[in-house]
Amino acid sequence: MDKRTAFNNRWLPLLLLLPQLVITLVFFYWPASQAVWSSFRIEDAFGTSTEFVGLENYQVLFSTPAYYQAMVTTLIFSTAVTVFSLSIALLLAVMADREIKGAGVYRTLLIWPYAVAPAIAGVLWYFMFQPSLGMVARGLRGMGYDWNPLLNGNQAMVLVIVAATWKQISYNFLFFLAGLQAIPKSLIESAAIDGARPARRFWTIVFPLLSPTAFFLLVVNVVYVFFDTFGIIDAVTGGGPAKATTTLVYKVFADGRLGGDLGGSAAQSVILMFIVIALTAVQFRYVERRVNY
Amino acid sequence: MAGVTLNTVRKTYQGGVDAVKGVSFDVPDGAFCVLVGPSGCGKSTLLRMVAGLERITSGDIAIGDRIVNEIEPADRDIAMVFQNYALYPHMSVYDNIAYGLKNRKTPKDEIDRRVREAAKILAIEPLLDRKPRQLSGGQRQRVAMGRAIVRKPQVFLFDEPLSNLDAKLRVQMRVEIKKLQKTFGVTAIYVTHDQVEAMTMSDILVVMNAGEVEQIGTPTEIYRHPATRFVATFIGSPPMNLVPGTMQADGSVRVGEAHFRLPPHGFVPGRTVELGLRPEDIVIGGSDNAFDMKIEFVEELGATQLVYGRLDGAQLIVQVPSGSVTGAGGTVRLGIAADRLHVFDPATGRRAV
Ligand SMILES: Nc1ncnc2c1ncn2[C@@H]1O[C@H](COP(=O)(O)OP(=O)(O)OP(=O)(O)O)[C@@H](O)[C@H]1O
Ligand SMILES: [Mg+2]
Repeated sequence: MDKRTAFNNRWLPLLLLLPQLVITLVFFYWPASQAVWSSFRIEDAFGTSTEFVGLENYQVLFSTPAYYQAMVTTLIFSTAVTVFSLSIALLLAVMADREIKGAGVYRTLLIWPYAVAPAIAGVLWYFMFQPSLGMVARGLRGMGYDWNPLLNGNQAMVLVIVAATWKQISYNFLFFLAGLQAIPKSLIESAAIDGARPARRFWTIVFPLLSPTAFFLLVVNVVYVFFDTFGIIDAVTGGGPAKATTTLVYKVFADGRLGGDLGGSAAQSVILMFIVIALTAVQFRYVERRVNY
Repeated sequence: MAGVTLNTVRKTYQGGVDAVKGVSFDVPDGAFCVLVGPSGCGKSTLLRMVAGLERITSGDIAIGDRIVNEIEPADRDIAMVFQNYALYPHMSVYDNIAYGLKNRKTPKDEIDRRVREAAKILAIEPLLDRKPRQLSGGQRQRVAMGRAIVRKPQVFLFDEPLSNLDAKLRVQMRVEIKKLQKTFGVTAIYVTHDQVEAMTMSDILVVMNAGEVEQIGTPTEIYRHPATRFVATFIGSPPMNLVPGTMQADGSVRVGEAHFRLPPHGFVPGRTVELGLRPEDIVIGGSDNAFDMKIEFVEELGATQLVYGRLDGAQLIVQVPSGSVTGAGGTVRLGIAADRLHVFDPATGRRAV
């Protein structure tokens, strides 16, 4: 069967596409082109006029150590959050997949954090770990640990990593659980009869069969930590102390909004945009070949 | 090599379903045992308990002299072929067959030798590099068989392995499985609800119903001397005719006008019984136990025809060679040999004579 449908009227197809095209234009192409345009310009000190400077914003960006520091921060942050949120979610999903009493309650509880808005999650964690008021912070100090994420950059980093991971586990858990439940039980049973112990069954049968899910989640999680953790960072640490938790995305906000450097901030946005495009392309390519077993 | 012994094995699932209610039987070393019964009677449950995939609620299962109740499937030295084949979709045919050997740390060159040997026996050598999704149903079936035979286990377990194949392939694979089992001399337990498979493949046939064993015996014994009404109607196609009758003082059973003389037995005159007549045991114009039947309609099957009629109000199906009877409406004189009659107690359903 030929899936193509012939339209007699040439305007009808355009008309049907119009809403989608308008949304894409207004909410993506317009701001994107604005960002590209501003990234070639510099605003004067009073914000009254702008001047075309070509690639200067980019040159400045790549010559400031702060930008490289943000890259390193992003790398540490995204690697940690991705690795922890994926592996913890997988562990929880494997446990939830077993037929246990109360599995329903357990699953629901695990899914809840996903319904919490990033900024709220951030505030929650901020309060729990706030050095003078937070319960957890008090507990830590009670045990003699010098906890102060407001001064200690590493501790601040740990805190945003924990908060961002906690937020993302639910999402990963849901996908992993669905993936696990899609694996026919007879495969596991057959492997058991074939002499594979539980750990070996997991690594030779379950994990390979979950790998499409895992890869999909990997890309989604990288995109998440790159772009969606802004709210959490802002609420928990505000990018500090001493920019220790300023990731690339947070820096766009910090420089543009707080620092008033619209041109530099726009240049950073453009770079981030290319990163998203690259990640999306990787994902699309993979999705096409995803039934590879 | 080892036989399998079941001793009052029970299974109650969570939620209180009594799937298997105290089953005992013995499969001697090297025998081919078929479990047959209607859907939901507990065949798969029983097989899965032998495999170790399902816990036993009570009773004992032994493979050889070893009670395996608490032993992991991996350590029972069995191989199982599942209805959906359960091939590992991400592994090649070769790796599927080799998986069990790899898990047991068999040396690489021996794995290779044995996988190729199994592939040769099953004529799947050209398929070794393919993934399961690139195979037809029949080829997948063979790979599943290959995975079972390569390990040279003590016992083969099969759960309806042929039910996803077309009729022709089913006949072919049926013969092949039986041959393989004989060649290897491995004890086999085979679950099916196909009675042709049950009759042709089994050395020992176990007929189950509602979690219990109805009868155990050779297929011929079960066909010739069904122990219960259930077995009588379950084995045989079309099923045995059952008509109500009364025992007479002269050692016969009366059904309406007709009298059926049985071999001498302990008779209780006046007792109501159910008389069983297999459609294929009834002959046209026989002199033994003759009776008349009005023909209601006739079904042509090619080699034979099924003649439908009534005997004292109860429906009777008669299977005779094609061309014996023409059309409905007439009356036909039938007969049946005394030793082909079956008598059941209507209350208990057990064989009465
Ligand atoms: N995991 C389970 N939990 C609860 N009840 C179950 C479970 N598995 C099977 N049963 C029940 O146990 C009974 C026997 O099931 P089983 O699968 O052994 O039947 P079967 O003889 O193999 O039937 P079929 O020919 O349809 O495969 C059925 O009533 C079924 O509903
Ligand atoms: Mg079954």
